[in-house]
Parts: sequence; C-alpha cells; structure tokens
Amino acid sequence: MATIEQSMKVREKPEHVRNTEEGRPVTMLEAIREALWEEMERDDSVFVIGEDIGVYGGAFKMTDGFLDHFGPKRIVDTPISEAGFTGAAAGAAHMGMRPVVEMQFMDFVSCAYEPLTNYIATSRWRGSGPLPIVIRGPVGGGVRGGPFHSQNPEMAFFHTPGLKIVYPSTAADAKGLLKAAIRDDDPVLFFEHKKLYRAPFLRETLPADDFVVPLGKARLDREGSDITIVTYGMMVHESRKAAEQLENEDGINVEILDLRTLLPLDEAAIIESVKKTNRVLVVHEDTRTGGIAGEISMRINEKAFEWLDAPILRVTSLDSPVPYSPPLEDYFLPQVSDIVAACRYLANY
Amino acid sequence: MAATTDTADAASQTSLTRDQLHEIYYYLQLTRQLENLLTTLYRQNKVIGGLYRSLGQEATAVASAYALQRRTDATGDVVAPAIRDMGGLLVMGARPVDFLRQYMAKGDSPTWGREQNVHFTDYDRGFIGLISHLGVMIEVMAGVALTFKLRGEPRVALAWSGDGMTSTGAFHEGFNLAAVQRAPLIVIVENNGYAYSTPVSRQTAAGSFVERAAGYGAFGEQCDGNDVFAVHDMVSRAAARARNGEGASLLEVITYRRKGHAEHDAQAYVPAGEIEAWEAKDPVVRYERTLLEQGHATQEELDAIAARVATEIETAREEAEASPMPEPETALAEVTGGTFVPQPWTRGGAPDPRRA
Ligand SMILES: Cc1ncc(C[n+]2csc(CCOP(=O)(O)OP(=O)(O)O)c2C)c(N)n1
Repeated sequence: MATIEQSMKVREKPEHVRNTEEGRPVTMLEAIREALWEEMERDDSVFVIGEDIGVYGGAFKMTDGFLDHFGPKRIVDTPISEAGFTGAAAGAAHMGMRPVVEMQFMDFVSCAYEPLTNYIATSRWRGSGPLPIVIRGPVGGGVRGGPFHSQNPEMAFFHTPGLKIVYPSTAADAKGLLKAAIRDDDPVLFFEHKKLYRAPFLRETLPADDFVVPLGKARLDREGSDITIVTYGMMVHESRKAAEQLENEDGINVEILDLRTLLPLDEAAIIESVKKTNRVLVVHEDTRTGGIAGEISMRINEKAFEWLDAPILRVTSLDSPVPYSPPLEDYFLPQVSDIVAACRYLANY
Repeated sequence: MAATTDTADAASQTSLTRDQLHEIYYYLQLTRQLENLLTTLYRQNKVIGGLYRSLGQEATAVASAYALQRRTDATGDVVAPAIRDMGGLLVMGARPVDFLRQYMAKGDSPTWGREQNVHFTDYDRGFIGLISHLGVMIEVMAGVALTFKLRGEPRVALAWSGDGMTSTGAFHEGFNLAAVQRAPLIVIVENNGYAYSTPVSRQTAAGSFVERAAGYGAFGEQCDGNDVFAVHDMVSRAAARARNGEGASLLEVITYRRKGHAEHDAQAYVPAGEIEAWEAKDPVVRYERTLLEQGHATQEELDAIAARVATEIETAREEAEASPMPEPETALAEVTGGTFVPQPWTRGGAPDPRRA
C-alpha cells in the first residue's frame, strides 16, 4: 500500500501548471507559478514559506494547488511575521535548504528590512558561505491599492551590497529569471508587478525545455537608433507604447533596454546602447529622488559622457507616497505622454 | 492575572442606563447598515479598493469604544482601529459619510482621496488612522499612552488588534514597552477565527491570546466578544485601571468573522457549517433579544432606531455620491510640510529641465 507521501507524489499536476507542457500560452503569473513548481520538483531542498500560501494558495493564487502536491513540509504557512520568516529562511538556507519566501505584498518586505539588509546581505561576505534565498512578491501601482499595497521598494535594497534584485517584465523572463534566482547561491529579491500578473497582452508560449535566464543581463526589448530608454518592469510596456507613438508621429527611432536585473546592474549593456544612440532617457515607476535613475545616469556620466548629445533625462513617479484615488494615482505614476514628451525634447536638443 | 467574565448575567447587572442601551443599539445598527450599504456600493463598482467587513463582530468594536471617554475637543480617550473596527470609530464620532467618501476615494474624504477605508485621523474625536502594515499601531498607541502618563492626564489609549496582528514583532515591542512603562494602554485582541485564510491554530501555538498578558506583566481578561454587556464591562474595568495608574491591559474577545478577509474572498478554507453556527450567535440579534427580554426596550423603540439609522445612511450616501473625485494636482500637497519640489517630466514640473 502506498504511503500518503508516495500517493502525493504520483498525483497529477493541476491543470494550471501544465500550460507550457501542453504548448499553451501563459500569463506572467502562470509563468512564475510554473517556474516555482518545476524548481520544487527538480530540487527537494526548495520550499516555499509565507502567509496564506497553503489551502488558500496565496493572496494572488500563485501557489494554488501546491499544498496538495508538495505537502505542508514544502509549503509552509506562517503567522504574520515577515521579519520572523525571512530570518528563518536564512537559518534554513544555512542548513542546506533553498527557501522561497513569499511576501503577500512586497510593501511588507519593509518589516523584514533588518534580517535582509543586516543579516542576509552580509552573510556570505562575513564567511558564512552562500545563502540561497529568494524573496518574491507583488509590487507596483496602478491598481488603486493605496500607499501600502502599491510600492516599488527596490531602492531600499539597491543600496545594500550583498543582495541581488530582479524585476521581470515579460512572462518568459519571469519564468527564466525565477529559475535562475532559485538556483543562485545568493539572496535574491524578486519583484513581480501585480498589474502584469494577468495582463492578457503578456500571454506567450514558452519553450518546453528547462530554460533559465541568467541574472545580471539586460535584454534589448526594441532596437532603435535615436534614443535609448533604459527601464524595467511595468515601464517597459509604457515605454513601448511611447516608442510606437514616436515612430509613427515623429519618425523617432527608440531603443528600449529592459534591465531585468537591477543588482547586479548590466552597465555594459547600458553603455553600449548609449554609445549607439547618444541620447538616453531612464524610466521607472519608483519615485524619483534617490531612485535608480540617478545611479544609472551617473554611470553613463562616468563612462560615456563623450558620446552624449543631450543631457540624460528621467521619467519617474512623483516624490510622494502612492495615492489611492484614481485621478491622484494617475497623476502620480509616469504616463506614456511623459515618456513621449521627454523623448521629443531629447531628439530636438 | 487572566480572568474570564461570566457572560450569562452580564446584562442584568449592567450599570448602563436605558438611553445608553438604546444608543449602543443605534451604533450597532449604524455599523451593520453602513457596511451593508458599502457592500452594495462595492457591487456597483463604486468602492475603489477592497471592502473589509466586520459582520458578526460589531459588538466588540461598538461596546469597547462605548466604554471610553468620548469627547470632541481632543481631550478624551484615543483609539486606533484595526481594519474591522469602523463601529468603534462611529462611536467615537466619525460620520458615516466619512467612511463612504474614503471607500469611494472622493476628494473631500478625510484623507482627500489619498487613503482608503478606516485609514484616517481625527484628533478631536480621538482616533488615529492606521497603516496597512500590521502591528505598527500598537507601537504608536504605546506612545500615545506614554504621553498621557508623562503629562499626568487621566486618558486612555486603546488599540484593536486582529489575532493575526499579534504575531508581528511590532505588536510585541509596542505592547511590552507600554507594559514596562505602566502606560495606560488597552489592547483588545479580536480573536475572530481567521487572519485572511489562516486559522488561529496556525497563528499561535497557545490556545488563547489572553495568556500572553502574564508574560508581559500586564493585566489580562477574556470575554465573549458577541456579548455587548461583557465587552463593555471588561473594557470599562480596564479603562478604570489604566486611569488609576495600574498600567497596560491585554484583553481578548472571542468572536467570529462571518465574511471573508475582503469581499473578493470566497472563504473556501472555512469548514462547512461553521459560518451558520456563528450566524446563530449574531451579536446584534442577541443584543436585541436581551433588551426586549429584560425590558430595556420595546420592539417599536428598536424599530424606530433602525429606521432612523436607515434615513441617516441614505442621506450620507447621497452626500458621498455627490462628492467630487480629487483634483489631480492635489496629489502634490503636504508630502512634507508643503516642500514638494516639482520635477521635470512629472506632472506639476516644467517640461524643460533647464527651466524647471
Ligand atoms: C505586516 C503585514 N503583513 C501582511 C499583511 C497583509 N494582511 C492584511 S490583513 C491580514 C490578516 C489580518 O488578520 P487579523 O490581524 O487576524 O485581523 P482580521 O482580518 O482577522 O480582522 C494580512 C495577512 C499586512 N497588512 N501587514
């Protein structure tokens, strides 16, 4: 007679993690779910820990069906204790596990700032060896989530040596990068824009093989010759809309560089593109002051100043918390029209 | 130090007057009817974000706030709600139209459309707007209580907490600080069965929350959260102790969240029959029955109160629906004392960076 554990193992994969296997296109959410599932199947030391991820399947249903298949030893439901379970992930990683920590909303990663920045980020450097942890969860605005369910907290961690930060913009990248993050021996923060989770326009059929997208490599999203837009996450898609408008209305040819990984930053790809187009706009949804655009501009300034034909510009959210009411949030967030206007300014400089 | 109230005769021993009992009924009706209206508005897509209901636990928020010193000039007790304590804020003096405007993200909401639901402040009436990050308000209210102690004011700070919130480090640090300082802080843990989908058994390995009081060296007491009289008595005692310089109290009420975490939550994780069992213990129905059985009210009086509430809520709905959405530019004001500097290529900023 089969034990409970054995009968769990032979149980069929749920429908919603078989899309790629059966050649169907997936949303970004489904792509991430498949990556998580495949990595858990591949490696017994991978487990997921977080709030409401078991029976409920997670606030965004990312781990829906996982508990049935993997059991409570690999899908660990926690009390509301972000600092507690993030710190605990470090302990588990020390003992040879590869924890994937789910933040119900990435906004709550602030509660785990302490274990992340002080303990986890310094661990390898202090001689305690690799610390393979992924901290993943939904980020971003535009969903009327108010100031505490819409943040882009990358800059709080971008400044912390010892962490890696990933922020995908497509379904394929989300899957390939998450697999790379789980296999990486360093702690990785993995940001998933909640507005992209179920966006129909992101649906794509993924390669059936076990593909991995390496961390630290930017992706040329759109080739162009006149202006480089350096961006990531949701803003890749807003930049694409702007690029199409600029192409059609002005004949301006925009190149879009999707960073994919913020830490480590693919500086070489940025510099290469700037040398080609000589004009650059940095676009991000995070707020402006102390934002990543400042760092990117400075690197270009240091390494490619002679190739610039115009000042580096940036389009970002306003320097304010994220407002709840639609007219306020739209005013706060970068709009396609801002990107278009900034590009026109650069082109005519 | 934990004590459990015998709820069976709490009503007959009450010191509340007939008028007060009727007023409590008014607030129970107000809470329930306002939430019912919000549910309708939510279904009509007029509520912008999520909707978090307190169905089945209204007695806790209403009766506990009713036990406090309520003023309108910033001299009374001060409370901080958790997400399901709208009823307590109504008792403190918040107006139904405020909640409607908050949920509908209107420009004349107490937060000018920047924030949602019960996340707003009124110092005059004695309540402070929370943030979503659970536990932080326990720390904040420890500071409110500490201030009352430092200034020698006979005021009390009360914070409501869900069972889930008790698991945060912030909850522990805040409560412990207040306990050590013997500050007049009351924390009411609303043990309502679930935190989102997580049952209490997965939130704490202890059978109850009141047991923790001893660990903090604080006073602890537990009661039936669906019993208005028991909650009112328990909080009255804790407030008297706090005013007397006897320090912090950790109170636990046993109640139940009959709706999902928010309206979108289908509650698939709830065992069959559980919600129905608690429906039979509905705190509003139970209170009505007690008032009638013990001669504190007639059915006509209760009906008149419910009808008055319905009229008030309809007026509030009309006002809130007529309210404008915020003007986009208002997003810029008061980030820090009006020091917002508009930047080029963001709204409010000059398009040409050289002229910004
Ligand atoms: C620090 C933090 N982590 C996660 C969340 C997401 N979240 C919002 S409410 C909630 C459950 C709260 O449960 P409880 O405190 O028991 O209150 P109840 O909803 O039962 O009234 C969770 C997990 C949050 N708001 N803050």
